[in-house]
Amino acid sequence: MKRLSRYRRHKAAGPVLLIIALLAIGTTFSVASATVKQSPTTFARSAAIDEGKQIFLKGCSSCHGLNAEGGSIAPSLIGVGAASVDFQVGTGRMPMADMSQQAMRKKPVYNAEQTAALAAYVASLAPGPAIPDDSVLNYERDGNTAQGGELFRNNCAMCHNFAGQGGALTQGKYAPTLMGVEPKYIYEALITGPQSMPVFSDKTITPAEKLSLIKWIKSAEAEPNLGGATMGRIGPVTEGLLAWILGIGLLIGIAVWLTTRAR
Amino acid sequence: MTPVEKTIGKVANFADERLGAAGWVKKSLNKVFPDHWSFMLGEVCMYSFVILLLSGTFLTFWFDPSQRDVIYNGVYEPLKGLKMSAAYASTLDISFEVRGGLLMRQIHHWAANIFMAAIVAHLLRVFFTGAFRKPREFNWILGILLLTLGLVEGLFGYSLPDDLLSGTGLRITSAIIQALPVVGTYISFFLFGGAFPGTGFIPRIFTLHILIIPGIFLAVITIHVMLVWYQKHTQFPGVGRTEKNVVGHPILPVYMAKAGGFFFVVFGVIAFLSAVASINPIWLYGPYTPGQISAGSQPDWYMGWLDGLVRMAPPLETHAFGHTVSWNILIPALIVPGIVFTGMALYPFIESWITGDKREHHLLDRPRNVPNRTALGVMSITFVMVALINGGNDILATNFHLSINQIMWFSRIGIFVLPPIAFVITKRLCLSLQRADRDLLLHGSETGRLLRLPHGEFVEVHEPISAEKAFLLQSHEQPLALEISEVDSRGVRRPGALKNKVQRRLSKAHAVSVPKVSEQELKEIEHH
Repeated sequence: MKRLSRYRRHKAAGPVLLIIALLAIGTTFSVASATVKQSPTTFARSAAIDEGKQIFLKGCSSCHGLNAEGGSIAPSLIGVGAASVDFQVGTGRMPMADMSQQAMRKKPVYNAEQTAALAAYVASLAPGPAIPDDSVLNYERDGNTAQGGELFRNNCAMCHNFAGQGGALTQGKYAPTLMGVEPKYIYEALITGPQSMPVFSDKTITPAEKLSLIKWIKSAEAEPNLGGATMGRIGPVTEGLLAWILGIGLLIGIAVWLTTRAR
Repeated sequence: MTPVEKTIGKVANFADERLGAAGWVKKSLNKVFPDHWSFMLGEVCMYSFVILLLSGTFLTFWFDPSQRDVIYNGVYEPLKGLKMSAAYASTLDISFEVRGGLLMRQIHHWAANIFMAAIVAHLLRVFFTGAFRKPREFNWILGILLLTLGLVEGLFGYSLPDDLLSGTGLRITSAIIQALPVVGTYISFFLFGGAFPGTGFIPRIFTLHILIIPGIFLAVITIHVMLVWYQKHTQFPGVGRTEKNVVGHPILPVYMAKAGGFFFVVFGVIAFLSAVASINPIWLYGPYTPGQISAGSQPDWYMGWLDGLVRMAPPLETHAFGHTVSWNILIPALIVPGIVFTGMALYPFIESWITGDKREHHLLDRPRNVPNRTALGVMSITFVMVALINGGNDILATNFHLSINQIMWFSRIGIFVLPPIAFVITKRLCLSLQRADRDLLLHGSETGRLLRLPHGEFVEVHEPISAEKAFLLQSHEQPLALEISEVDSRGVRRPGALKNKVQRRLSKAHAVSVPKVSEQELKEIEHH
């Protein structure tokens, strides 16, 4: 050690130490990060990101901006996450058909692969909610219908109606029907809050509760029409209409028939 | 005489000697009822009321009118294990576990909807044909009372199951009560037994719904029908029908058979609806908790127009002397309906004041021959329809992809603009129909046969109408405008000149009509 300490005031000592330190940190980092990054999908993912970027530039950038930074007519997509893209593009809401109050559900423009590529690209811009894995979505096993119903009436029914049939919001916006919506999309809508919908974070509604919600919605969807024709499950408006048209209509018809003189 | 007839005769004689009923029965059974389909609307009301009584009694056997908490443990899976009121749980049990319970519930509810619809249809018939005129003003007021009672009874009925929708309705009810200045809060606390929702309201409205109001209903309906019996039924004008007679079928056997059969028809239609169409699916709404609400919460149709008026009211409130007056609730939910129902009840007297007609009327008017009244009726219907449309504004918005705000603005403007337009159009239509009647009488009906005259002119052949029809088109009397001068015989201005002026103006407007064909003109036609 004495021999080494002899050089400690040497003018090369500083730079050499710096180089040694940098080498050590760099080596440690490369070894450590290599164990994480060395997955076989790395190249596939970056290819998907590239493909997603190409699709984005062609189909989305005119509104959302060349770098997804948003513009006067469309929001920034930085940080919205893969789940948001999967929901919006997978349900056909994006790209929008026109600049109406609200994007409506329609036939998707992009196929599953392209949607995944777009999602990967947007997710690569900044971290955000990821697409829930199928293993997470086992609502049949992990959900509770009655609890889901209670959660639904507390959090969802005020917009989506008591039976998930949808309802009106202001200025022509609306909460769409939840009948026939895939569990994945319900989950994604909950965590990303598309359009007028608020985000229901895992703190507000835990993942398990989200599954209960989905289970209740699915049971409402499958519920047989116990009392006969439901007329849309939208409450007394259609009931009143039927009472007048069919009820009073039939009775007046019969009254006319009863008072017709035999000829 | 067969032995059976002998026995019946003995029994009848026994009764007659003690009760003196023979004369009354004979007189009653010889009463004659005129035939017209619109005269059966009142019967629909009565029969659906009977069905309401029967099905309602059935429901009380299982319904538990209590707001105490229970844990649901019945057969309906999606609600299992939830805390709810005993009222809601027992309604679920009626729906799913009582044999025929759901059908009975649906019969009860459909019958209620049809009961109210038939009352309105009946009321419109009576109004447009002028059947409310002297001597039937009192019966008209009883009818308005029955309509009002029906609204309240219906509200209480769909509030009883304590589901999410009915609780929402009660929340609004309590808000309307609280909107009464000064006393509102106290009354609300008194009725609900504390702050909303309290624990007392369901049992209380149960007593009202199954005992007090049906009792009043029964009494008023009895008087209503007895008065028709006593005053005899009105009839449409026609050959041989006068203010002094009634042309139709006697009670026995024709009328009785038809009416009895019609009860089963009404029951059949209601049972059919109940068997094929769901109504008030309370299991989907879930139990009521004040923290929850569903999109598209609506009252039953007969309350919908009141809901629509409340929905369109702009947010007006004043604060004075420590009290809040919510005009946005007070005006649409209490003041406007108050004016509407009072105006309806007083209308017979208002009209007779305008026309100065104090005579008895047993022959009905054809709506076109009283343009002002008909126009007023259509104007009122338009008012209620605009309000009703706004009551369903959210349902319309979602189903027809409209903006709820635009529907609301349409209603806010339409509620003032459309009724007067409807009035003018209806009055014009009535006058045009009168003109058409006049043409028909003078020129006969068009046959569609074209004739070419020798000099080349084409004419359409008209055929004279039948004598019955001609009588119908010509027999009504046309009201004359009242002659009220502002000064008396000595040239001194009368007291109450303004009142007279209003009366004269209204009377003049009421008397506007196309002059009907005179005897003179008819004679000239015969000479042709």
